[in-house]
Formats: sequence, structure tokens, C-alpha cells
Amino acid sequence: MRGRPLLYTTYEADQALLNTTTKKVMLGLLLVVLATIPFQVVPGLDFLGSDDWLRLLSTTAIFVVGALGLNLLTGLAGQVSLGHAFFMGVGAYTAVWLGGPEDGPLLGLGLPIWIWLPAAGIVAALIGVAVGPTAVRVRGLYLAIVTLGLVFIGDYVFRNWDSLSGGAQVGRDFPPLQFRLWKEEEPLIDFTTPGTWFGVEVSGLAKSFFLLIAIAALFTLLAKNLQRTRVGRAFMSIRDRDIAAEIMGVDEFGYKLLAFGISSFFAGISGALLASFVVRVIPERWDLFLSVQFIAIILIGGAGTVTGAILGSAFVVLLPRLVGDFTQWLQSVALGDGFGSAIANVFVATTPNDFGLVNTFAGIGPGLSVAQLNLVIYGLLIIGFLIFEPLGLYGIWLRIRNYWKGWPFTY
Amino acid sequence: MTIGLVVLAQATADGNAFAQMLVDGISFGAIYALLAMGFVIIFKSTSVINFAHGALTGLGAFLIAAFATVLDFPGRYLTFLPEWAQWTVNVLTALVAAALFGILLERVFLRPMVGEALFAVAIVTLGVDIVVRTITNDWIGTQPRPLGAPWGLEVVDLGWVRIAWSEVIQILVTIILLGAIAFFLRSRTGVAMRATAFDQETARAQGVNVGRIFSVAWAIAAFLAGVAGLFYSIFPRRATGVDQATAFIAFRAFPAVIIGGLDSIPGAVVGGFAVGIAESAANTYLTFEFLGNGFPGIVGYLLMMVVLLIRPYGLLGTPEIRRV
Repeated sequence: MRGRPLLYTTYEADQALLNTTTKKVMLGLLLVVLATIPFQVVPGLDFLGSDDWLRLLSTTAIFVVGALGLNLLTGLAGQVSLGHAFFMGVGAYTAVWLGGPEDGPLLGLGLPIWIWLPAAGIVAALIGVAVGPTAVRVRGLYLAIVTLGLVFIGDYVFRNWDSLSGGAQVGRDFPPLQFRLWKEEEPLIDFTTPGTWFGVEVSGLAKSFFLLIAIAALFTLLAKNLQRTRVGRAFMSIRDRDIAAEIMGVDEFGYKLLAFGISSFFAGISGALLASFVVRVIPERWDLFLSVQFIAIILIGGAGTVTGAILGSAFVVLLPRLVGDFTQWLQSVALGDGFGSAIANVFVATTPNDFGLVNTFAGIGPGLSVAQLNLVIYGLLIIGFLIFEPLGLYGIWLRIRNYWKGWPFTY
Repeated sequence: MTIGLVVLAQATADGNAFAQMLVDGISFGAIYALLAMGFVIIFKSTSVINFAHGALTGLGAFLIAAFATVLDFPGRYLTFLPEWAQWTVNVLTALVAAALFGILLERVFLRPMVGEALFAVAIVTLGVDIVVRTITNDWIGTQPRPLGAPWGLEVVDLGWVRIAWSEVIQILVTIILLGAIAFFLRSRTGVAMRATAFDQETARAQGVNVGRIFSVAWAIAAFLAGVAGLFYSIFPRRATGVDQATAFIAFRAFPAVIIGGLDSIPGAVVGGFAVGIAESAANTYLTFEFLGNGFPGIVGYLLMMVVLLIRPYGLLGTPEIRRV
């Protein structure tokens, strides 16, 4: 049977998560790379171990959890939701209520992480199911606007519930990533301070990174398994044709509600982790733009695919950094002399009133600031992927893979 | 909400508060009605949920600020006209520019998506919104840009109610525009538009130039959004002018669309005024401490949720018929 990647002799082999040797090898390599990143041992990848890159990669892991949730709802069950940020906010504030300091001026019960993290997901899921009936009753595009309403209502509640959120533009500190059995003084495992694990020096960020990667991996497995079971197939049948699904015996209402619940659970966990990782978060963080970011992740990665959710998260989280680095590089080229300087000067404005697409002096010249350039690129990417490659990065990967499958023969 | 409204409301916090509330609500509702109508016109004729409506509003208001105060074009060449007429000509030019921009957007970003899934197209408009809004905000800059309306801060005091001149003009303009749209839908192009809304392919088979209808719909919507942006950026709304937050007004107009029904133009008008009056009522009567800041801003969404629970397709929307 060796060397015939698409020949399966059992259903188990056909449905396996890693159905080819290549996938097994690649996953193993990925795990090795992820495990060694903070120690900066792999040449060429050692820059990933620096503090700001570790932070970005950890954020990516958090976004993966949320993106997988939206992917289940939008990609798999076909229900467009702009309310993801709201459920993330619910998760975050559940976490801070349960896990925040007991004696502080704000709401908090001082409970350990093994209570507040799952609770963040569960409360978000319950609220998701509670608003579900309104959301499930309306269909298609009405749903997008109903969930849009959720974001605005949530934003209002978070901003005004000062004892929980700390107040508009002020915010509060969220419980750190520390594992306690109960309310003891010394945490059993502290994921935020440097220490020694199995005789190896590990920085605080690296510990958080490992924890978040592990959680992201767990949720990836969960999503992947959900997708290939009865529930996942029911979601897909509703997406493809709801009436046909009902006729085949799929309970449309029930499964849509379930999709909402599971998606909100993922969002709640992701929100709690994000707030905990960032530490101080203002209530305005859970706004429409966060929802749009998740929509962008799903579409850029590839709707309905777990791989896509991961690729998309990495892309969307790392994009601002890459654009920033690129602009800085352009600027240094433009300021230097030589052949490249003239070309770079067209794109970047180096002095006030200089014309250029990007302006490193924010708000002075006619050009866009780096943050604005990021936004424009987001927008153009969303448009571009939808018009040219609806399957997103995953679709591009598929095409590359299929090309090499037949190489050197074109078909 | 806005300072102007609060001042007006406080000035008449006696037995006339209700009348004042109603007037404020109607004048704010007119803005929502204009936005909602453009939204519905786009949805009806092109089946696109236009999340870029806020961007169109912000851009329209910015163009008006640019043409009317910064450039003074073409008013500066029309010196024989009185000043208010020059301003009006400038504004109309800006609105035409906004309409042309609407056509351009549709042609570049949405025409390639004809026939794709509705939600995919909706998300394209979300992308368009980000791009256009960011670039507009870059042009606007950090300071609000005044629109230079000639009637300024004048207020008519009728004794039992106080109305700003701009509100009077705004309500008049809205009525004229509503009439014009109603008239337009009965014209030859309007009939073609309704045919396209009903069934694009059949309309094509009858000789309707569907692409042109798309352009017309976006032009009208951008024009109306520009007018809404204008009235939102002058006294008594945001007297300082158009700024980076102006575009968000469209997000408060979405409930109006849904309340009226996504595909009903009269519904958009009804929904617009309903949301406007509801917000104004919340602003006047729901002034409890525990409600905090910004409650009127979400009244529309709360109202929308209630309406959807009772009528999932809005008050005047057509129920979707599901056939096997």
C-alpha cells in the first residue's frame, strides 16, 4: 500500500486525522519547531524567540481558538456572525469576575484558573444559546445585522458596568495565567514569571507561549473531531441547503443553536485568554473591529477549514508587524542613497509634506500612517480573497499541493 | 448623544418636553431614513447588504466639507449668486462626486461578485468599508472639518417647541428627496430598477441594462448617504463638522433598515423615523443614573430585536418563501 496516498483500505484510515505520512512528518516537524522556538536553537528561526515575536505567536494561538469557533459557525454551519467580539468580551469578563482579586475595588471572587477559564467558555455559550432563538429565527443577512447589534449592545454594557469592566477607557487588570489549586498565596504553576522546568531555564513569556500553544492544539483537535462527526456533517448540510438538511432529518433549529453555543464557547475561552495574556484591557477592546478581524481570519484562511483558521490567524496577527517592519525598511532605504532610494521614496514620505503612500510622521503629510496602511491592507485582502480565491490561503495551499502531486506532469 | 440635542431638550424640560422630543426624533429620524433608504435601494436592486454605507456617509460629508469650505468649488466662479446659493451649488457638486464614487466602488469591487453567495458579497462590502473609511479618515485628519452651512446656529422658537433652522431645512429636504425617489421609481429607469430587483435574469431578457441599474442604485445610495452625512455634521447634531467618527452613524441606521424590512423602501422610512423617535424618547425620558452613557445609541438595536421576535422580516419586509 505504500506510495499510494489516496488508497485507503479501511474507513478508519480514510477518516484519520493524519491520513498521509507527509502530514505526520510535517506535524512532527511543526511540533519540534514550536517546542524549540523560545530557546532560539534553530538557526534562521531564532528571531522568533525574541520577546515581541513570542508575544505575537502567543496572540496567534489565542486567536486560533476564537477563529476555530467562528469557523464552526460561519464556515461550517454557514451562519454569518458579526457578534464574535461580544462573546469574547463575555468570556473575558466572566473570567475577571471569577478570577479577579477578591479584596479589590472591582468585582472579583479570586477563584483559580481551572474554574474561570472553563466558566468563561460556558457562560459565553449559555448567552449564545440564550440569544440563539432570536438569531436562529432570522435567516441569512438579517442574522448578520442582529449579531452586529449584539456587539453594540455588549459594548454599551461593558463600558457602563464600571464595577466589572473598570470603566470606559480605563479598564482593569485581568487574572494572570497562574495555576492554583485553590486560593493559596503561591501559585502551583506560574506561567508569567521565569523559572526552571525540567532543569531548563524558561522565561515567563515562553511559559505562557507553551500553555497557549497547548490550549490552541487542544481546541484544534476538538474542532477537527467535531467536523468529522455527525454534528459537523449536520452543520455542513445546513450550510449547503437548509431545507434539504431538514428533509434528511437534521434538526435545523437545534443544530443552529448548537453551532451558536459551541462557537460562543470557543469565543469565550479565546476572550478570557486574550484578556489574561494582555493583562490590562479596556472595555472598548471588544468592538466591531475585533469581529471583523475574525471574519477576515476565516475568509483569508479559508472558510470551513481548520487549517485555514490557523493560517488566517497567523496572517492577521502577524500582518501589522510585517507591514510595520516593511515600512521601516522602506524608510531606511529611502533615507539612504543609491538606486533603491529613489524607488522607495515614491512609496514612503520621509519628511512632512513629502508625498508618499505611507507616512512615517503620523498625521502630518498626505500619506497614510502605518496603522492606516494596515487597515487598508486588511480591507483589500478581504476583498481580494473573496473575489479571486474564495478558499483563501488554504485554497492556495491546495493548488500548490495539487501541482506538485502531478509534477513533472501537468495532469 | 449630541450636545445640541441635550441643550434643546433641557431648554424645554417642561410640559412641552414631549413635543420637543417628537421634533428632535423626527429630525434625527430623517437622517436615519435617508441612510436606510439608500441601503434598501442597493439591497433591492443588487441584492447586496452594504456594510460600506458608513464609509459612503463619511466620504460624502468629507467631500461636502472639501468642496464647500476648503475648495469653494464651483461657487468661487459663480460670484453673481448670493452666498447661500453658492454653498448649495458646492454641496450639490460634492454630492455628485460622491455619487460617482459610489458608481466606481460598485464597478470595481462588487461587479466581479455578481452571482456569488449573498454573505460573501456582504463581507466584500465590509472590506470596502474598511478601505474607504480609513482613507477618508486620513484625509479628514484629527480635527473636525466644518461644513459651513449658511444658516449656522439659528434656532426658531415657536414657544412650545424650539427647532433649529437646519432641522427645518433638513426635514424639508428629506421630504423632497422621498418624493423624488417615489417619483423616480415610477419613471422608466425606476421601473427597470424594480424589474431588476424582482429578477435580474428576466429583467435582462426584457432588455434592461442590469449593469446600468446597479450603477444607478449605488449612485442614488451614495447621494442619499452624502445628504445624511451633511445633516449629521451640522448644528444641532455635531456642530463642529465631519470627523473620524461620523461614519459610525450608519451603524445606528442598520436597525432602521431591519425594523422596516430589508427590501421595503417605505419600510426604511418608517424604520428610520421609528429609530429616531425612540432614541429621542430615550434621551428625554430615560435619564436614569444606572443607564450610564450612550444608552440612546443602542435603543435602535433593542427595538430591532423586539421587532424581529414578532416579525422576522421587519414590519414591511417580504417574507422569504422557501420552496423545495
